[in-house]
Amino acid sequence: MAVKTVIEAIRDGMDEEMARDESVFLIGEDVGNRGGVFLASDGLYKKYGELRVIDSPLAESCIVGVAIGAAVNGMRPIAEIQFADFIAPAMNQIIEEAARFSYRTAGDFNLPMVIRAPWGGGVHGALYHSQSIEAMFAHVPGLKVVAPGTPADAKGLLKAAIRDPDPVLYLEHKRTYRLVKGEVPDGDGVVPIGKADVKRDGKDLSLIAYGLMLTYCLEVAEKLAADGISAEVLDLRTIRPIDRAAIIATARKTGKVLVVHEDTPFAGVAAEVMAIIMENAFDALDAPVMRVTGPDVPAMPFNHVLEEAFMPNPEKILAKARELAAV
Amino acid sequence: MALKTTEVEAKGGRSRHRSLGLSDEQALRIYEVMRLARAVDERMWLINRQGRAPFVISCQGQEGAQVGIAAALRPGSDWVAPYYRDAGVVLWFGMTARDQMLSFFARREDPNSGGRQMPGHFGSRRLHIVTGGSPVATQLLHAAGVALASKQRKEDAVTAAFFGEGAASQGDTHEAMNFAGIHKLAVLFVCENNGYAISVPQSQQMAIQNVADRAAGYGFPGVVVDGNDVLACYEVARQAVERARRGEGPTLIEAKTYRFTAHSSDDDDKRYRQAEEVAIWRQKDPIQRYATYLREAGTLLDPVEQEITERVNQQVEDATDYAEQAPDPTADDLTTFVFKQELKP
Repeated sequence: MAVKTVIEAIRDGMDEEMARDESVFLIGEDVGNRGGVFLASDGLYKKYGELRVIDSPLAESCIVGVAIGAAVNGMRPIAEIQFADFIAPAMNQIIEEAARFSYRTAGDFNLPMVIRAPWGGGVHGALYHSQSIEAMFAHVPGLKVVAPGTPADAKGLLKAAIRDPDPVLYLEHKRTYRLVKGEVPDGDGVVPIGKADVKRDGKDLSLIAYGLMLTYCLEVAEKLAADGISAEVLDLRTIRPIDRAAIIATARKTGKVLVVHEDTPFAGVAAEVMAIIMENAFDALDAPVMRVTGPDVPAMPFNHVLEEAFMPNPEKILAKARELAAV
Repeated sequence: MALKTTEVEAKGGRSRHRSLGLSDEQALRIYEVMRLARAVDERMWLINRQGRAPFVISCQGQEGAQVGIAAALRPGSDWVAPYYRDAGVVLWFGMTARDQMLSFFARREDPNSGGRQMPGHFGSRRLHIVTGGSPVATQLLHAAGVALASKQRKEDAVTAAFFGEGAASQGDTHEAMNFAGIHKLAVLFVCENNGYAISVPQSQQMAIQNVADRAAGYGFPGVVVDGNDVLACYEVARQAVERARRGEGPTLIEAKTYRFTAHSSDDDDKRYRQAEEVAIWRQKDPIQRYATYLREAGTLLDPVEQEITERVNQQVEDATDYAEQAPDPTADDLTTFVFKQELKP
């Protein structure tokens, strides 16, 4: 066990998988000599060389399309999109191609590939360095979407994603990179895709979150405890395939659920979580399922007042949780 | 580095195929695959017009470019990323008339997709045919990626991506050629320029005469070839393949050709092109032209031609009967293979 940051855990995960399996390689903008703009691949270029750590042209469709082709031909590419906000040029390759290869060939082809994308706000990144993209991609059958919130999960889910036979969109919250530290188990520590994790046990209400919001919800649970409210915190970790059983279990256990994400609300992950609860645990609810999300505006502004107004934070979550607890 | 677009002229002579290193047997094999591609396609139109199948999209007119270029590759070790007209390419790479017809009738046994995709969306891992979707030009990046993997593993496989001149307008075409040029990947970019993207003529697609001219912008050679001259196509492809295997990088081959049919069974080409124009190009039919050459070369003797015709007809009959009677997928097949690794909700 060692205490690591999220970014260190991601780097370790890539390094160990590249050492373990020669077919694993990294391609993306500035991933080579620069080591990535967040230093996620720091040192890997020197260690593995230019054929396994490839500085791509500044072209996201190229990054993903080339990764698809390499995966067809026996490799396990990790395609890095520098910021999740820049993934749009690659959407055709991700949605129409990567997500369809298995289905459209009735299983003849499969694509063992990972698309890593730093996402999320709270870093003064403005409209184009702050976005949450999980709902758009989670809507697409044929893609797996993961969004770890702790160093151990970041490493374990990255390993699972790299070893997975299907395309995985791996979302790493850039605010957590150096903010969130935690113990990472020695050895592989693979975290299975599709499994949520109860990060804190509780009985009065459930907070369901992922990414940076997990950290905030854990803070909120601590404050609620001081009020005598026992909050359970469920970390989704995987957005799709979503862990229905874990969602239903926590809803049944506490009867009160607050779903938290910074993505905009309309047709978002919270909406799906709420639908799962309504369909499967309606009879166990003591209150309407509630949510705290970013607002329905196109993206997060640069100005700090506007950014703070956009971002859910522990205060906003706490207020809503108290409202829910009081029902 | 000379990057001027080269134009390859059709050369005469009665032993062109031999001077290209093709035995009589190989030359006839090329002819037979062209014939088979055409015959299967014609049968599909017949069946479509009888209302027995909903959709057909054609290779007709482009078989010379397709088979001529595919014939320069090594099926089994090389790779192709075809587009939806490339029946000639995939037949050369080992697909059968039955496979084609199973796809045409969208049967469960369709090896391309289990009846999920429209006809013409080829794919077979075993045969090294990269599966294709309907958005155009995405396959060029896949081809670059396949070739990158070959380079990473130090294998000498060559990958050929095929596309129309309409797809040449897509950003993925630029991104793929740019990437392949940077890394000197063993890729053939093969543009089957048939003059129209559905109804839009080349003049509305680009301001230049030759797609191949763009190769200069990516640091590799561009070649224009008469796409209706199968041996000329073979020749330029062979040179491009040799160059690729030597590690010298990609080549953009533009085969000037023409499609004889409408874009698809749902298109009416009378709305955008003149019958006279189609008639002129039908006079340049790559199959008839090659047959004339082979006869003059003394390679295609009457009994040989008869045997080929019989084999082709027999395959078309067999494929039609087999595929039409083959079972459909069941409703249960709808939800399988969303992932390779099946996940329970």
